[in-house]
Amino acid sequence: MDSMTIIAVASIVIAGLTTGFGCMGPAFAEGRAVATALTALAQQPDASATITRTLFVGLAMIESTAIYCFVVSMILIFANPFWNFAIAQAAGK
Amino acid sequence: MRLSPDEIIFWQQGVFKLNATIVFTWGLMLAMAVGSKLVTRRLSTDLTRSRWQNFLEIIVTGIEAQIKDVGLRHPKQYIGFLGTLFLFVAMASLCTVIPGYEPPTGSLSTTAALALCVMVSVPLFGIQDQGLAGYLKTYLEPTVIMLPFNLISEASRTLALAVRLFGNMMSGAMIIGILLSITPFIFPVVMTVLGLLTGMVQAYIFSILAAVYIAAATHESRPTLPPTAPASGAGH
Repeated sequence: MDSMTIIAVASIVIAGLTTGFGCMGPAFAEGRAVATALTALAQQPDASATITRTLFVGLAMIESTAIYCFVVSMILIFANPFWNFAIAQAAGK
Repeated sequence: MRLSPDEIIFWQQGVFKLNATIVFTWGLMLAMAVGSKLVTRRLSTDLTRSRWQNFLEIIVTGIEAQIKDVGLRHPKQYIGFLGTLFLFVAMASLCTVIPGYEPPTGSLSTTAALALCVMVSVPLFGIQDQGLAGYLKTYLEPTVIMLPFNLISEASRTLALAVRLFGNMMSGAMIIGILLSITPFIFPVVMTVLGLLTGMVQAYIFSILAAVYIAAATHESRPTLPPTAPASGAGH
């Protein structure tokens, strides 16, 4: 295998793994957060405005970890710096 | 596949490029500035008001109430900055219903610039509120050992602000692009509606987080203990 193939295989496999594992953690975390917020809402419906606002902010912060993984895998697939470097090397030869 | 609207270039002269991000940012700025100028040209204080004045008043008082909820007790002081952030990010994602439009917040340059504005303005508001020495002392809290960690958190939260907004906007555009090639008829519309919702939520998150950081840097964040509620045996 030449270096281009190795880079392509590594990028694709790692991008899949990154998105897979990166979605798993935030999914569990968001499930727990929503479940706890529902419990809190059931116990104190009067505080629903505060609970909902805090829930949304918290969910967005949890979700951003998944977004980081997504950004990394998108960079690996569509804007891979090593891939561009290898192409430049091959063109320069 | 494009990662950001930076790659659409309308005009180029030497090193100066006019890409889609800049053009749409200017368009948004123009639309919002001219629009609000037109609306506020004839303000009235009596009972008959124009529809648009009511609309803007709802927005301004809504933002003010949200800032107050975060813990900043004088929202008028901060609404110029926080309200602008919110309105720009919200408009940038709302305008995605216009065909041919690319949200400028889908480019890392725009979101990094917005996040840098937050990073610079937080110490400025802090110094304005409690003086240079008082603000610098907050870095030493709770102990001196925490100084490097406070500095790291300052940098990392700026990075997180920028990448969060960029990732959300970029992923929305990219998912719609991928869906258009797989199921081109109805389903992308549903995802566009979902994208509008996440865009509004992200605008809200961005400005609320900026408000939280400002509240942490200023005196106003000192928690005022609510009056202790009478212990009630009932309830469970």
